[in-house]
Amino acid sequence: MATADTTAAPAKKDAEDRFGNEERKLAYRMVAPSLLVIALVAVYPIGYAFYLSLNEYSLRVEGLSRFAGLKNYTTAFSSPEFWEAFRTTFLFTGLSVAIELAIGLGMALAMHEAFKGRAILRTTVLVPWAVLTVVTAMLWRGIFEPELGFMNSMLNALGLPGGDTVWLGERGYALGVMVFADVWKTAPFMGLLLLAGLQVIPSDVYEAARVDGANRWQRFLRITLPLLKPAILVALLFRTLDALRIFDLPFVLTQGANGTSTLSLIAYEELTQNRLLGLGSALSVITFVIVMAVSFLYIRFVGGNIRDLAES
Amino acid sequence: MTSEALPRTTAEADPTAAAKPQKPGGTNWRSIMLWTFTVLIMLFCLFPFYWLINISLKTGSDLSSASIVPPNPTLANYSSIFQNGDFTRALFNSVVVSFSTTILSLIIGSFAGYALARLRFPRKFLILAIVLSISTFPPISIAAPVFKLFTDVGLYNTYLGLILPSLTFALPLTIYILTSFFKEIPRELEEAALVDGATYFQAFRKIVIPLAAPGMVTAGMLVFIASWTEFLFAITLTSTPDARTVPAAIAFFTGSQQFEQPLGTISAASVVVTVPLIVLVLIFQRRIVAGLTAGAVKG
Repeated sequence: MATADTTAAPAKKDAEDRFGNEERKLAYRMVAPSLLVIALVAVYPIGYAFYLSLNEYSLRVEGLSRFAGLKNYTTAFSSPEFWEAFRTTFLFTGLSVAIELAIGLGMALAMHEAFKGRAILRTTVLVPWAVLTVVTAMLWRGIFEPELGFMNSMLNALGLPGGDTVWLGERGYALGVMVFADVWKTAPFMGLLLLAGLQVIPSDVYEAARVDGANRWQRFLRITLPLLKPAILVALLFRTLDALRIFDLPFVLTQGANGTSTLSLIAYEELTQNRLLGLGSALSVITFVIVMAVSFLYIRFVGGNIRDLAES
Repeated sequence: MTSEALPRTTAEADPTAAAKPQKPGGTNWRSIMLWTFTVLIMLFCLFPFYWLINISLKTGSDLSSASIVPPNPTLANYSSIFQNGDFTRALFNSVVVSFSTTILSLIIGSFAGYALARLRFPRKFLILAIVLSISTFPPISIAAPVFKLFTDVGLYNTYLGLILPSLTFALPLTIYILTSFFKEIPRELEEAALVDGATYFQAFRKIVIPLAAPGMVTAGMLVFIASWTEFLFAITLTSTPDARTVPAAIAFFTGSQQFEQPLGTISAASVVVTVPLIVLVLIFQRRIVAGLTAGAVKG
């Protein structure tokens, strides 16, 4: 590239080069603050977490800090707590994402229909999304509270069995409540993502199918689902990433008791309660690697979008 | 202003549904089913929050009855939380942290967004990919190092210490949304200004930013909500009510007194911190939905 020669020589090529240089400098200056914050509060800490995970490091024992190799990782992988949290995290993710997809798809289809209730529906589904996760947890804890909760009082009032269940006090049920709370909060989000997907399907495809005599169900299976596939995949990935990182819901709902402890939660406990920064970091690095593996998939899906944005 | 920058993702772009001719005779069944479904979804979405409001209006012995309507509705719980210094302090902290995060994120995010949307420079794709991958980081994986780092430099238990992590997770979304908005603004407008002797930065500030106002609102809303809701850093980077934000305050409200829950007051506090968000979301419904779906639909 020619250097910027600012003498009055407005030949077109020179002007472009000068502009080009100025442009590049400005561009770097404009992205710098964002990259700086990200480097300082995300990239550097992640590197530091890797480093900590290779050391024996405790805040309890003064001055205890020595290289430990992969010891923290072997400790983690041989502890039953880790595998339980691993199972719980994936079970929670699988269950909640699957149920959210089913309910979200139903919501999206209803919100896409032309009828008077559509506007109310589109407004209503935003309410659970706006409720803080901490409050969501409080709220469902209240509903499943054994003595005064809505759930048990309703079961008793209707004369149904199970009205004395301590929902959050039993394995299985506790995870069930956690899945339920997550579905309540995020199925609407799924519905909105899928609705956006439905809206880009051109209507003439449906017209053609109708002319060919396809009924409602056939149109759904043969047109809607295949054309909605990209939106479904992105929505699934979004939700999977969130569910794998879940922390605040079990923290407030059960504090990880009764089979609801997730990967993020056990890492947090090692870090704060046991103050074992080495082991805690190893656990958070494992969580990080699992989530990043999924997010690479995600980047592959939205990669086209990023490429479009990066083009100019 | 319309949101042309996010094509086909807004709620009104919907010719399909309107064009459907209705089968004669089938109309009634169809609308009965749709309305039944609507009522079910509304119950599903609204009842749990109603239950919370219901509890928040009960005191004393009413709290131990599971009645669906409070028998003696009272605002006592609300007046009690507003007399609780820790709670009002937390509300104030949340307002400071969330507003600062939103403003900072819009300022530095719009710089980056403009550069990515308009200026020619190498490695744009790489920069965008790095920025977006940050949004998928599990917060727990950086909690301990950030805790250590902030303790060392004196940011632990301060506003700035909470704003920085919030900002880090807000930037990817802000940059993504604003870049797509800036790209939709016709280049000719800026070029005219550049020909008239304006610098790139002047063109950005005087022409692009005002035109991208809807995008700024969308990004700002989403960042504000995310920051208001943030929990993990709120509990790991604070130790006293001085900087503690609302989600952490509510969680500790319960954690400390697990066996004797002040159920009514917690519920009232939960309602108080949630209602502003619900109001915002309902007012800026279109913008928020457009922003939420921007990343998901190939625009």
